[in-house]
Amino acid sequence: MRKFKELIIEKLILICGLASIFFVVLIFLFLLKEGLAVFKIVNPFSFLFGKSWYPISEPPQLGILPLILGSLLVTLGAAIISIPIGVGCAVYIAEIAPLRIKETLKAGIELLAAIPSVVLGFIGMVTLVPLVKTVFHLPTGLTALSGSIMLAFMAMPTIVSIAEDALYSVPKTYKEGALALGATHWQTIWRVMLPAASSGILAAVMLGIGRVIGETMAVMMITGNAAVMPNSILAPVRTLTATIAAEMGEAVVGSEHYFALFAIGIVLFVISFAINVTADLFLHKRQ
Amino acid sequence: MFKRWLFVLTAVTFVTSAFAAKDKNAIQVKGSDTMVNLVQAWAEKYMEKSQGDFVAVTGGGSGTGFSSLISGTCDIAMASRSIKDKEIALAKAKGISPNEIKVALDGLAVVVNPGNPIGKLTLSQLADIFTGRITNWKKIGGKDEKIVLLSREVNSGTHVYFKEHVLRKNDPNSKEEFASGALMLSSSQAIADEVAGNPAAIGYYGMGYISKKQKALAIAKDEKSEYEVPTIENVINGKYPISRPLFLYTNGEPAGLVKKFVDFTLSKEGQDIVVVTDFVPVNK
Repeated sequence: MRKFKELIIEKLILICGLASIFFVVLIFLFLLKEGLAVFKIVNPFSFLFGKSWYPISEPPQLGILPLILGSLLVTLGAAIISIPIGVGCAVYIAEIAPLRIKETLKAGIELLAAIPSVVLGFIGMVTLVPLVKTVFHLPTGLTALSGSIMLAFMAMPTIVSIAEDALYSVPKTYKEGALALGATHWQTIWRVMLPAASSGILAAVMLGIGRVIGETMAVMMITGNAAVMPNSILAPVRTLTATIAAEMGEAVVGSEHYFALFAIGIVLFVISFAINVTADLFLHKRQ
Repeated sequence: MFKRWLFVLTAVTFVTSAFAAKDKNAIQVKGSDTMVNLVQAWAEKYMEKSQGDFVAVTGGGSGTGFSSLISGTCDIAMASRSIKDKEIALAKAKGISPNEIKVALDGLAVVVNPGNPIGKLTLSQLADIFTGRITNWKKIGGKDEKIVLLSREVNSGTHVYFKEHVLRKNDPNSKEEFASGALMLSSSQAIADEVAGNPAAIGYYGMGYISKKQKALAIAKDEKSEYEVPTIENVINGKYPISRPLFLYTNGEPAGLVKKFVDFTLSKEGQDIVVVTDFVPVNK
């Protein structure tokens, strides 16, 4: 009887384990089925590199280059802001902060991760957007930069917690050895700890970037959503995610527009998949 | 044992969903964001009058309404534009025959910041501004400032109407588009807020959204015509050039609860609510 129970439980857990893979495969197949249909209407080259996105015109113009560049620009900006701050924060928490401050900081970062993105977007819309407009004397504050700053806040919790974890798992003997050889605390961090944890930190950065590129609500609210080729980080951009979110409701099921949005989904899937695989490679290299 | 439970579970699910489908006392209305407030007001008044009936109203854009009507997830679609031929074809393929009912009119206001010296424009000036041929306020007699274009997203009936009737001047062969640099905002309220805070911005939305923080421009058909401001009288007598009908779409001739609700919207009481919510009643 006991053996029987064990068997049932084992099988149930197996089903749980397989379920996630099963769903990923299903989702991917569905994406492919719906998205690839668009290439009967436009060829892949003019889809990826076309400069005009007018999906509801007759005939529709389906070029997503401005959207890809928009997503990349916002992500790049967010990475430049969040990586130094995030890694710095992780070093402080892991190496320098006394226990009490460490606990407070960690709680604070978890809290930051818990803020829903629509709330961050709303706060950005009423505070950050007017600020960016006045500081840079722009015609409008709805720009890629506003999006980057807001998304940097969203990437930070991921970067800090994983990078801190990586620093923490560097063997204690490394640190003790460096200090015993007469290195200062900072020299130990810079020359020993950071290089030893580098693959983990890179993984943290990649996962943070993955979070940013998939983010939708906040960017939709504060980047202006103009499907124009971005020429500056101080100009409005339209991202891949915001395009899907804003237009999916309108797209008639089975129309070119509908298939094009799924094809954008494939592009996004490929980008985040590449990022996650890279992060995974770094993580495994460490072990 | 396990299999039997599974069977019971599926059976329960089927039975409950069958009951939900049979629930004839509720109708779903979906579509145009412009019309949400109006239809919600109708629904509240209607539910007050006929106890036990339930009308649920959700927005999402005219296109969303049509796709729900076609896929059968709503009983009435609200739309601030007519149904497209393509959508009719898709509906026919699914055995749905869209039936159009005009329930109100709406004037589209073109708004700028109250600090902007410009007070009136012609339709062709508007077209030049929104397609990006005019990019500086100086060209039309304003300050030397870059024009910030604000538009609704493509899922909005207001976006489609403005493109077809202002940018393309009702010419079906026209290829005019919004300038690619136009900011796409997801709601009329977002446009109202941005115009209120930005002296270089220009945007458009249903006249129900005009407040003291924005200035509605007087619009003329061409240079020889009179400039008219968007008011209820000017929309009824047809003097204001950018006004549009608002529709409810049903599957075939309305019947049962759907018919009761549609009749209510067209009754005197229903049309009074139209005026209260800042839209224009249809002539009856």
